[in-house]
Amino acid sequence: MTASPVVPSPFLRLRQWWTRPSAHPAKVAQFDRPLAPWLFVAPQLLIVAIFFYWPSVQAVTSSFYLEDPFGFGAAFVGLDNYREALSSTEYRNIAGFTALFAATVTALSLGLGLLLAVKADAVMRGAGAYKTALISVYAIAPPVVGLIGMMMFDMHIGPFTKAAALFGWEMRVGIDYRDTAVALITVAVWKQIPYNFIFFLSGLQAVPSSVREAALIDARSGWRRFRDVTLPLLAPTGFFLLVINITYALFDTFGIIDVMVKDKPANNPITLVYKVYLDGFKGNDIGGSSAQSVILMVVVAALTVAQFRLIERRVHYG
Amino acid sequence: MAEILLEHVGKTYPGGTQAVSDVSLSVADGEFIVLVGPSGCGKSTLLRMVAGLEDISAGTVTIGGRVVNRLEPAERDIAMVFQNYALYPHMTVRENMSWGLKNRRIPKDEIAARVEEAARMLELHPYLDRKPRALSGGQRQRVAMGRAIVRQPAAFLFDEPLSNLDAKLRVTMRGEILKLQKRLGTTALYVTHDQLEAMTLADRLVVLNGGQIEQVGRPLEVYHRPASTFVAAFIGAPAMNLLDARIEAGHLRLAGVDLGRVEGEARAVTLGIRAEDLQLLQSGGLPFRIDVIEELGAGRVVHGFVEDQPLCVSLPSGAELPAQLHLGVAPEALHLFDAITGKRLPQSVHRSAKVRA
Amino acid sequence: MQRFRPFDHLILLLGAAFLVTPVVMAFMSSTHAATEIHMNGLFLSPGGEGMATYEKVLTQKGGFTGTVTGARMVMNSTILGLGFALGKVVVSMLAAYGLVYFRFRFATPIFWMIFTTLLLPLEVRIMPSYQVMSQLHALNTYWGLIIPLLASATGTFYFRQFFKSVPDELLEAARIDGAGPVRFFLGVLVPLSRPMMAAIFIIMFVYGWNQYLWPMLMTTDERFFTLMRGIKTILQVWIGSQIPDYNEAFALAVLAMLPPLGVVLAFQRLFIKGLTESDK
Repeated sequence: MTASPVVPSPFLRLRQWWTRPSAHPAKVAQFDRPLAPWLFVAPQLLIVAIFFYWPSVQAVTSSFYLEDPFGFGAAFVGLDNYREALSSTEYRNIAGFTALFAATVTALSLGLGLLLAVKADAVMRGAGAYKTALISVYAIAPPVVGLIGMMMFDMHIGPFTKAAALFGWEMRVGIDYRDTAVALITVAVWKQIPYNFIFFLSGLQAVPSSVREAALIDARSGWRRFRDVTLPLLAPTGFFLLVINITYALFDTFGIIDVMVKDKPANNPITLVYKVYLDGFKGNDIGGSSAQSVILMVVVAALTVAQFRLIERRVHYG
Repeated sequence: MAEILLEHVGKTYPGGTQAVSDVSLSVADGEFIVLVGPSGCGKSTLLRMVAGLEDISAGTVTIGGRVVNRLEPAERDIAMVFQNYALYPHMTVRENMSWGLKNRRIPKDEIAARVEEAARMLELHPYLDRKPRALSGGQRQRVAMGRAIVRQPAAFLFDEPLSNLDAKLRVTMRGEILKLQKRLGTTALYVTHDQLEAMTLADRLVVLNGGQIEQVGRPLEVYHRPASTFVAAFIGAPAMNLLDARIEAGHLRLAGVDLGRVEGEARAVTLGIRAEDLQLLQSGGLPFRIDVIEELGAGRVVHGFVEDQPLCVSLPSGAELPAQLHLGVAPEALHLFDAITGKRLPQSVHRSAKVRA
Repeated sequence: MQRFRPFDHLILLLGAAFLVTPVVMAFMSSTHAATEIHMNGLFLSPGGEGMATYEKVLTQKGGFTGTVTGARMVMNSTILGLGFALGKVVVSMLAAYGLVYFRFRFATPIFWMIFTTLLLPLEVRIMPSYQVMSQLHALNTYWGLIIPLLASATGTFYFRQFFKSVPDELLEAARIDGAGPVRFFLGVLVPLSRPMMAAIFIIMFVYGWNQYLWPMLMTTDERFFTLMRGIKTILQVWIGSQIPDYNEAFALAVLAMLPPLGVVLAFQRLFIKGLTESDK
């Protein structure tokens, strides 16, 4: 018998082109059907197209236009909206506060989350109870957190305000810029600690006991064991959380800010995302708001790409 | 029941890697064929092409007279047992076995009867309503076998089915697989990297290397007449000794010792000697320097050197050995291979007149 | 080997107190009268006004137009939470299945199309999203509230990771057993994914229930107000009043946080597993 290579018919060739595996197939074993995969991804694709791509493209387009506040048409203004946003002192101040806010909230909630996770991992007795208590706040919505925070810092009834008064600090949250900033940061950190705690704790518990035991034999000091063994093993979790926390501070705190500054942003600190909302919905400056949206998009996209890169490089215990 | 025919089968991956090339093999109805070779030799790929889990890049695969190249796995009338069993974790043992039959619209009472029969054969009755995770490794293996049996396929395909079991269980299951296959008379293709498993199970062995067939033959035939140094080193434990030797003036010489008469002009050859074919001599023969002795209880394997070439010898257990031994070997037990290609040479070695005298 | 570590416990107790006390205060204070709170501050012990306050919050028609009760808001939040969670599980599971288990030419571009959505949270494209919805006449509808929130690939990402961890041999065994794409999906993959589905459902329920900005923009008709929207309203009503309805605000906050809190604590293990496994 001679070799009989199967000669592909034109239809087969078309089919092969159509079903050619992607460069990095998710699995070795896959179905090979021309139509079925489309049916499965169709709902998601449709939703993404209508509710993600359409508005995103619109945001970019309208950032180049100046819209008449009364709705009579729009004029193309090129990069004016961007220039205006970036050159305004108000925008710069808010951007400055946003950066400070994001940095402080991220650092504090990561640090406290890690501290509590390490301690919860170390104790045997009552670990479950601590865990439950520390996790609970995670489920509470930002505006509810904002409401509770507002009460805590209320000028008349707030326990935090009373405590500050004992030290001679008269807090005037909602009126004094700096006091409000302190309150916002405290509340935002409070809300985020549980999330970081959960991830750090599960990261710690994923450290194999053999590694812990090896470290126990090799190093006498607990601090040294933590610094040289545990911390490097937690680094991937830490990087992941870093980006999540920055994103949280930038966007998910909207509800907290909206409730705590009570629509009176005049002399209160706000973040960039809140300004996008104010300019767009309260100020009716659609072009300017869109330009600010696009700037934020770029920042977040850069952050997320950085995150993906880091996750890809997660070699140890990933 | 069916014969399987592979004609010039090849597999090229999108990147251009040639996993299998030009494999032709004819498997008779009811035959137990073992595909054996080191990892990466293409044995699993070949099996998966027969199963329909991998596209066939070249050649044809025929099962029971039907060319199956373009058929879905389910249409090929085969059943497969996987290395990690691939049991459906959410289904009971009974459901695991009957799901494939249900998908084939086989009547309910027929399914029940087949599952019953398979459970009896494999002694799975007590576990029929358990989930796989409540079973031991050996029991899971049995369920995977049961799932294959109830299908009553034209051929069984086994992909290293025993690799995840411990050594003792592996020996037991090996016997069971063989008994079952003989009883059912179903053609079987079995992939393993374990040469012992291959020797004990196979009607015929197919030794693969680098995607190509090195040798096909009955286990003892392959053992006694390996077609190449690769096969010689792979089949048998301890591995066959392979030494650099020379043919000089019609004699085979190793370490300056004349091992016998051989035809052919002067050249370097690779000489193969099985460890158990070497005997102790009082004097003369090959000078052997002992390095390490492995005591196995029933016997011992002695590792050492002839000149600078490593050699191992199987000897009966017994008295303490001196550091230097003298080894002899019957000329019929010598294997000659081409020093460069590794292929078996046609010549055989004969007793030298001098030795005979 | 383990010793009692008083210092560790001290830190944990302080941390737990810092996190939990405000929640307890909110709950306890909601059972006191507004004047009491106004005079004495927040409480850490229960009061006697609880029943009356909660009854009032749940049944009294409030808001600017007086058409929405607390009970109605609870219902709307439930619809949003459940609808969102269900939609998320169904849509993202189907998409992940299509992406992981099929060989097709456009798998990579589609993968990127879907996963780019992870880049940009709703907040940064809120304005145009609102405009799109108003063009689609979807303001003040439940579907308009729920479906645009599905346009992020988080769920798809979770399921994709999970499917990739399912052994290949399972699909191969199923194919030899004569299963096509639909039968494999329903017969093997869905039952296998149950814990994952439950975890994602819980996470997404909490996420949906807690939505604030989107419902605030999408619902101008008070009949569609969720609890989060209600909180905003009650605070707006306060401005200028002599003694704010602290107790009612707290009661509303308690109503708004109880279901997600309950779900998370009840399914703690599943919830944590679902959450942390997604970062792999």
